[in-house]
Amino acid sequence: MSPFWTIVAILALAALGYGLGRRRAMSLAQGNPRRLHSRPNYYGWNVALFAAVPALLLLVLWALALPLLPHGAASSRAAGILAIIIAVAGLAVAVRRTTPEFRARNAVEQMIRGLLILCSLIAIATTVGIVLSLVFESLHFFRLYPWQDFFFGTEWTPRFGGGSRLGILPLLWGTLYISFIALLVAVPVGLYAAIYMSEYATPRVRSLVKPAIEVLAGIPTIVYGLFALVTVGPLLRDWIAQPLGLGNSGSSVMTAGLVMGMMLIPFVSSLSDDIINAVPQTMRDGSLALGSTHSETIRQVVIPAALPGIVGAILLAASRAIGETMIVVMGAGAMATISGNPFEAMTTITVKIVSQLTGDNDFSSPETLVAFALGLTLFVITLGLNIFALYIVRKYREQYE
Amino acid sequence: MDDVRLAERGVDADAKVKFECRGVQVHYGEKQALKDVDADILDRTVTAFIGPSGCGKSTFLRCLNRMNDTVASARVDGRILLEGEDIYDARVDPVQLRARVGMVFQKPNPFPKSIYDNVAYGPKIHGMARNKAELDEIVERALRGAALWNEVKDRLGETGTGLSGGQQQRLCIARAVATAPEVLLMDEPCSALDPIATAQVEELIDDLRESYSVVIVTHSMQQAARVSQRTAFFHLGNLVEYGDTEQIFTNPQDPRTESYISGKIG
Ligand SMILES: Nc1ncnc2c1ncn2[C@@H]1O[C@H](COP(=O)(O)OP(=O)(O)OP(=O)(O)O)[C@@H](O)[C@H]1O
Ligand SMILES: [Mg+2]
Repeated sequence: MSPFWTIVAILALAALGYGLGRRRAMSLAQGNPRRLHSRPNYYGWNVALFAAVPALLLLVLWALALPLLPHGAASSRAAGILAIIIAVAGLAVAVRRTTPEFRARNAVEQMIRGLLILCSLIAIATTVGIVLSLVFESLHFFRLYPWQDFFFGTEWTPRFGGGSRLGILPLLWGTLYISFIALLVAVPVGLYAAIYMSEYATPRVRSLVKPAIEVLAGIPTIVYGLFALVTVGPLLRDWIAQPLGLGNSGSSVMTAGLVMGMMLIPFVSSLSDDIINAVPQTMRDGSLALGSTHSETIRQVVIPAALPGIVGAILLAASRAIGETMIVVMGAGAMATISGNPFEAMTTITVKIVSQLTGDNDFSSPETLVAFALGLTLFVITLGLNIFALYIVRKYREQYE
Repeated sequence: MDDVRLAERGVDADAKVKFECRGVQVHYGEKQALKDVDADILDRTVTAFIGPSGCGKSTFLRCLNRMNDTVASARVDGRILLEGEDIYDARVDPVQLRARVGMVFQKPNPFPKSIYDNVAYGPKIHGMARNKAELDEIVERALRGAALWNEVKDRLGETGTGLSGGQQQRLCIARAVATAPEVLLMDEPCSALDPIATAQVEELIDDLRESYSVVIVTHSMQQAARVSQRTAFFHLGNLVEYGDTEQIFTNPQDPRTESYISGKIG
């Protein structure tokens, strides 16, 4: 029996159990639901959950343990049959336990709560698992490569033959430089768009403009990358970089930064718009009633009141910029250099993680393992930014609630 | 109403007319909120607006400094003259008008700035101080005027939103007074205050009468009787009766006024 049919059978048993439990409870109460401890439905749910949950859990465990088990149809059939036996047994036990005094509602609610806890534990465990695997592989890497050279090295020249130099600084520089340019584009544009939408636009205009800006957020980053590669890059090279003698590469920090900035505009504008809207109208009225103009009110009262929230939005956008990969690969190139010239090709941490892990991997060489150390560094940076942003946003919320 | 202490001082016989309102009507969309209101508001006088909830007191008050302009659906008809000048005329900038006609709201709404900056906000915008010392003086005078100086003089740099509700309201009054308006509109300024703070604000209102025209909306008949010299009673968008406070409370002409102040309607 295939797992699919096993699951169907278990669910059918649960449905049957629901009917049986409910019917039994009602007949024991002689048709008067008031004699029961709980409403009749709960007796049905109790039986259904008893039949389904343990059996399904068994299937999940079996699926997880699959790599360890002797492979073959036999073990799969055995697991299926065992699951169905458990389902039938659970059903029988639960039906027998159904009496008018049985506290079915409490039993059901406890089981549901257990399921909810299980789900949140899975989410947490996944995060912890990811972090742990990063940490372990990074430790492995630092045993092969001195950490001082990694964190303070200014040269990135991986050679799979040996003698690599794996300094993170050029990558970190590229990451921060590109993110900085992206924010330089996204923050003013996004913020002014938000001010227009929340303070000046009529409701009708706003209902058109806001979704239009948010469409930008739905475009896959690879499409932005293409845009950078075929349009923005050549444009910048032909019209600015070459005439000014700043370089002749289509891939550049400027290309990636500009395009990434465009990607971040809806982020900044949409969050800031919500935050500006949350500033109470009474605050604006108070300012207007003192004889200040609309723009003075925005500059001196609304924006300062919304500032912590706006800073939070900007930090979230920054952590997005730091983690972005596709636009950088296609817009900034793959050269690990430290330079102040924005028209030169550079690269970022994320890009190098990808390139160290593509191709033939030998998971005992520092050239491959460095990807994990890079990932861990990136994780720590964005986590720090996110926590800081959430802290600021939360502090701001407290002001008005 | 035996427990009501009527304002001892009556209306100045020679008080000038500050606002002259003729046929004022306000619509919110299709809905009419104010019907044909004629009223003269006197200078150096406290005028109280009373009436049941939803009768249009705030609406009329907000006509006087054109705060209704900020409500998209509101339409104001009729004529309102401030010292003979139509405030709805195209030549009048509502921004300048609001500097002359200040307003204190029902809910305290201090800006999320320091106490000092809250009070200095208006004077700075209108360029009322030439230097820091002058500004300091304006701020101190306004805070003293609002009976708040002693409580905050040692923490002017702290944020205004950190004060208690009553202190916040007095801060908002100080903020309005600091811009030196000619008229001060107050929409239920004491509804968030305890009796002590209320008494302080009422005392302040009485002091303000020396130099301003004050209009106060209130739901407390006692308060209207205590602080005002003139009282207007609104009902369902109509200005039913308007006269000296003493007369309104002791000898109302309209049966609706009579039943409102004796607690039968509203
Ligand atoms: N912004 C608005 N949009 C639509 N209708 C409004 C608006 N503001 C007030 N109204 C309506 O106008 C009428 C008068 O309202 P107003 O606020 O002037 O009453 P009020 O006398 O101040 O009442 P209260 O004592 O409760 O403050 C009410 O029927 C109200 O529903
Ligand atoms: Mg009102």
